[in-house]
Amino acid sequence: MKSLIEKFKFGLQRTKTMLVRNIQTIFSDEEQWTDDHYERLEEVLIGADLGVELTQRVVDDIRAKYERGLIRTSADIIASSRALFTTLLQENKADAIRFSDVGPTVFLLVGVNGSGKTTTAGKLAAHWKAEGKTVLLAACDTFRAAAIEQLKIWGTRVDCPVVASQYGADAASVAYDAVNAAVARRVDILIIDTAGRQHTRKGLMDELSKITRITGKACAGAPHHTWLVVDGSTGTNALQQAREFRKSAELTGLCVTKLDGTSKGGVVVAIHSELRLSVHFVGLGEEPSDLQPFDSEFFADALFDVGALA
Amino acid sequence: MFENLTDKLQDTFRDLTGRGSLTEKNIRDAMREVRLALLDADVNFQIVKEFVNDVTEQCLGERVMKSVKPGQQAIKIVSDQLEALMGDACVPLELSSSPATIVMVGLHGSGKTTTTAKLATHLMKQGRRPLLAAADVYRPAAIDQLQTLGESLDVPVYVDRETTDISAIAAAAVQRARQERRDVVIIDTAGRLQVDDDLVAELIGLKNAVDPDEILLVADAALGQEAVSVAKHFNDAMDLTGIILTKLDGDARGGAALSMRRITNKPIKFIGVGEKIEDLEPFHPDRMASRILGMGDVVSLVEKAAETISLEDAKRLEQKMLKNKYDFDDFLNQLDQLKKLGGMSFVLDMIPGGKKLKEGADLDESMLRHTEAILSSMTPYERQHPEVLGMVSRRQRIANGSGRKLVEVQQLIKRFESMRGMIGNFRKMSGMFGGGAAGSSGGVGVGGGGGSGGHRVVSQKAKKAARKKHKRANKRRR
Repeated sequence: MKSLIEKFKFGLQRTKTMLVRNIQTIFSDEEQWTDDHYERLEEVLIGADLGVELTQRVVDDIRAKYERGLIRTSADIIASSRALFTTLLQENKADAIRFSDVGPTVFLLVGVNGSGKTTTAGKLAAHWKAEGKTVLLAACDTFRAAAIEQLKIWGTRVDCPVVASQYGADAASVAYDAVNAAVARRVDILIIDTAGRQHTRKGLMDELSKITRITGKACAGAPHHTWLVVDGSTGTNALQQAREFRKSAELTGLCVTKLDGTSKGGVVVAIHSELRLSVHFVGLGEEPSDLQPFDSEFFADALFDVGALA
Repeated sequence: MFENLTDKLQDTFRDLTGRGSLTEKNIRDAMREVRLALLDADVNFQIVKEFVNDVTEQCLGERVMKSVKPGQQAIKIVSDQLEALMGDACVPLELSSSPATIVMVGLHGSGKTTTTAKLATHLMKQGRRPLLAAADVYRPAAIDQLQTLGESLDVPVYVDRETTDISAIAAAAVQRARQERRDVVIIDTAGRLQVDDDLVAELIGLKNAVDPDEILLVADAALGQEAVSVAKHFNDAMDLTGIILTKLDGDARGGAALSMRRITNKPIKFIGVGEKIEDLEPFHPDRMASRILGMGDVVSLVEKAAETISLEDAKRLEQKMLKNKYDFDDFLNQLDQLKKLGGMSFVLDMIPGGKKLKEGADLDESMLRHTEAILSSMTPYERQHPEVLGMVSRRQRIANGSGRKLVEVQQLIKRFESMRGMIGNFRKMSGMFGGGAAGSSGGVGVGGGGGSGGHRVVSQKAKKAARKKHKRANKRRR
């Protein structure tokens, strides 16, 4: 099995190569850095989905350092950006995931349609089962056709029971039953999968608040963690999603999916620095074991592969 | 949709239009803003660069700088270029084979399965008889999902759970369609990364097996800079015939649309705008461009209205208004139509300047629901004879029945009465101008055949005024 850093590097290979190579091309053998250079740097960073705001911050930082004579080569830029990103990702970093001492720890997965909630629920169950915890899954996506079957198949695959009801059933009531079941069965962890919803649809967002509220009634303190599942190939809209979802549910963190194969991933840094939401897990491939705890150092390293420059 | 992009561009343009003359610096500053707005909307940076250079050059040309309203000219150029970027016209599906085949491809979670069902609905409206083929053999329960959707649409779904050979599945599905006299086959495939060579090769095999009429890339409108790579790889491998952009009901700024269209030179054929099965619309580049620039999309609104509101209904209502017989039943009917259109918020999105109006009004769609609840709690007799609602006990019963407060019921009735009064006034006016001579019942003339043209105009005005008043009243209530 590949080591974690290898997985990260492999998953983010294309981001890394693109960023590093482009920065090298722009600034190699240049005596003077001009507005034109900075504009091109801006494009490269935006191309990695860092978003306009964060990009300008990085470019301003580089420009200031260059003008003060602190940096002179493309390697300096890469080292300096890497350092900045690591700092950004470590600021307000979330503590390790807290599990309840008594009763189940309830995780609620939310997100827009197609971001990968159901798959993430299945993979998370596999992850925690491998750590020796007992896990229960709850199929609260009662809207999308076959969403319940999809989670049940994951349940069979990772050998984990699934609480489910009918299509069209009230998602909150399924969640309520699931929490009760989790308490009764004395499982360590309950993972609640919800229907995808566009954050602009007020009715659906209200439903989400309801699920949160009802879950709390069944077990004090639940949901202990509400994670927004974001598709890694989403651009700046991911920021908007996070902003809106947090109005209806108390988001405690992110899972970023599909980071393999995409040449991006910069949006992770943007969300973290603007919304102070940490990434807990990232999806780096299709296998259950490809869902990995997020490590900011690894991520920054993988983004700007420092080794490749030596 | 496209809201943030629209906002930014509008601010930039407000600056430009305010000026009698433009300097090169004005243009360059504005273009810097345009550049950032487009980048921020996830338009690919390469495309943004070309776009901005292009527009800048044209704006600096003599025609613009020396024209009377240079700002307006500049906006026109941006709008024209945006339109050009999105394609020339609405491109329909080309389904000439019998049965015709459509293959849906795309990344994971872009919405292929849902869109397959939506497309089937769209085709059925056109009198086609689709068959769906479940060729997503990887994602758990993807086949079940398509089967469920097929059942709900009453469309057959070809399924073979024994094999993972999607070329064989597709070929068999076409065979089945021929036997069952189905004239179009829509093949749903598994999500895959554009860089996953093995899985892309699988699609190429499928293409060779059935020689499809249409290969449609289904892409999430919220795609970031990756959009270009996705579109390019799929197009290089498959030679796409078009793109379907999904989840445009979110607030994604849709830069992906511009990028993908530009990079592949393949048209965007449809957009997905909601969760309901009929929420798939043909894509009109010109309308989208004017929507991006905040000029509304009245054409689409009118089309949608024509689809949802029957002509007879409108005629009947007009007659009732003319006779001052407008009652709560009609009111309820109109509310219903508004809802079918997509609600106030949708309508406001489509009219020029509507967005600003929306912000000011702090629109609450639940208001409509409450009004509906009150109306539904009236007896049919009460709805048809609003005058009996003077009784407090009736009003109290309605309040109890609808779960709203008594004052809300009273306000609604009051609003209705004043609206009716206004319609009455217009009626009198129409009597004076139009068919005064034809005075018949009630002393006020309602013209016969000859005057009807004139009445139509007036009554429409009356409707508009009534609606406006209604809106204002709503605002006051809040």
